[in-house]
Amino acid sequence: MTLTERMIELAYTLLATVTDVLPIAVIIFGFQLLVLRKPVPRLKRVLAGFAYVLIGLAFFLEGLEMALFPLGKLMAAQLTDPAFISGITDHVTSFDWWDYRWVYLFAFAIGFSTTIAEPSLLAVAIKANQVSAGSIGIMGLRVAVALGVAVGIALGSYRIISGTPLHWYIIAGYVVVVIQTYFAPRLIIALAYDSGGVTTSTVTVPLVAALGLGLAGTVPGRSVLLDGFGLIAFASLFPIMTVMAYAQLSEWRNRRAKGSN
Amino acid sequence: MRVRHLLSPLVASARDLLPIVVVIAFFQLLVLQQPIPNLGELLVGTLFVMIGLAMFVRGLEMGLFPIGESMAYAFARKGSLAWLSLFAFALGFGTTIAEPALIAVADEAAEVAAAGNMIDTSDEAKAFYANGLRLTVALSVGFAILIGVLRIIRGWPIHYLIIAGYIGVIVMTAFAPPEIIGIAYDSGGVTTSTITVPLVTALGVGLASSIKGRNPMIDGFGLIAFASLTPMIFVMAYGMFI
Repeated sequence: MTLTERMIELAYTLLATVTDVLPIAVIIFGFQLLVLRKPVPRLKRVLAGFAYVLIGLAFFLEGLEMALFPLGKLMAAQLTDPAFISGITDHVTSFDWWDYRWVYLFAFAIGFSTTIAEPSLLAVAIKANQVSAGSIGIMGLRVAVALGVAVGIALGSYRIISGTPLHWYIIAGYVVVVIQTYFAPRLIIALAYDSGGVTTSTVTVPLVAALGLGLAGTVPGRSVLLDGFGLIAFASLFPIMTVMAYAQLSEWRNRRAKGSN
Repeated sequence: MRVRHLLSPLVASARDLLPIVVVIAFFQLLVLQQPIPNLGELLVGTLFVMIGLAMFVRGLEMGLFPIGESMAYAFARKGSLAWLSLFAFALGFGTTIAEPALIAVADEAAEVAAAGNMIDTSDEAKAFYANGLRLTVALSVGFAILIGVLRIIRGWPIHYLIIAGYIGVIVMTAFAPPEIIGIAYDSGGVTTSTITVPLVTALGVGLASSIKGRNPMIDGFGLIAFASLTPMIFVMAYGMFI
């Protein structure tokens, strides 16, 4: 693609982000002017901030479209392709779950790495760092969430391959979350619950969806329509556990450090 | 000084992107053993992503966080629960109804429903179903932010509400048609967009810090958690009644 075509693409993406943000802007400024009836403090700076967010997101999405999505999606399709699977196995007619080992590794790695780059998670981590006066590290929280997404997507891929029902996994996950809630430090609980919802956004969803569709479309006996869904649900459940575990681990380490002194 | 000011956010976003680049390169070169196509596009695209992420973070601190917090303070000072509730609902509903990820999921859900003979296979029936689903999810997110804001004001412990939500999901799973379950579970994750999350987080934290007796860490977070839980219940209900 030429540079001019690129610029046009970028302008389109920017237009799409502006349309997405329009309802939000109408609600915010509507309430600000009609209900709160107060001028926005430092209005110019806030508007400039909105402009930064819009232009930033447009660049971000356009860059992903150019660089990562085509290759990542192609990769998901190739790794789940029976031609590739039969190349690494001696089974000829039917594959067992272990023949998909590269898929699990890919699911884990792509889940982890896309979550680290997820802008909404970064936003929540920055806020949590401010509110906790630095005791929750920005990178520490992001790594904990990313590990959760990685495990979730790898397990979700196994579920599609093995064809086991989605709801048993999710219900089992809920039971673990409830038990952990009982033991985890109180300060982390709300943040941990939140981290389930923020993980799956701009970067993660398209790649994970491609992986799910690739698997459901090529594993014998699976249907794209019925089995292609569910990976996002895994990716939103497991970070709750890993974030609580992260807090439990740091609390335990602090207590041990105090005990040894 | 000025150069450092510009460079350090770029370095930070380069570091955030590094894992993806490593993963893609590893699988492409070592596992699939193929060359990387369009290296030029890839480099320019990665540069775009870096610039975009750095600008987004800057805009977050200048625009989204301050407006979310200042509105939370203003509502707390005004003291009108009705207006705050309306604002919470409108924010949840308004940001979700236009969400592109949700539009994509709703269209796919309509395909599933048509293939499963739950609805007619005509285009109008599918569009009707998809729009109904979008409306359902948007209502459920509006409801979630409303409940979440009430929780912050009243100081209800979050885990009781979340556990109640989990029970709701499990009960609905038993009754909902099997075709809808995967979509319903996924719809919880796709509703919260990159612009909604910082705004809603700042609103929650701002409310919790401006109300006496609330701890921003314990009470301020949690709005997103509700917004990713209620759509699951509402979408399964939608699947049962349509």
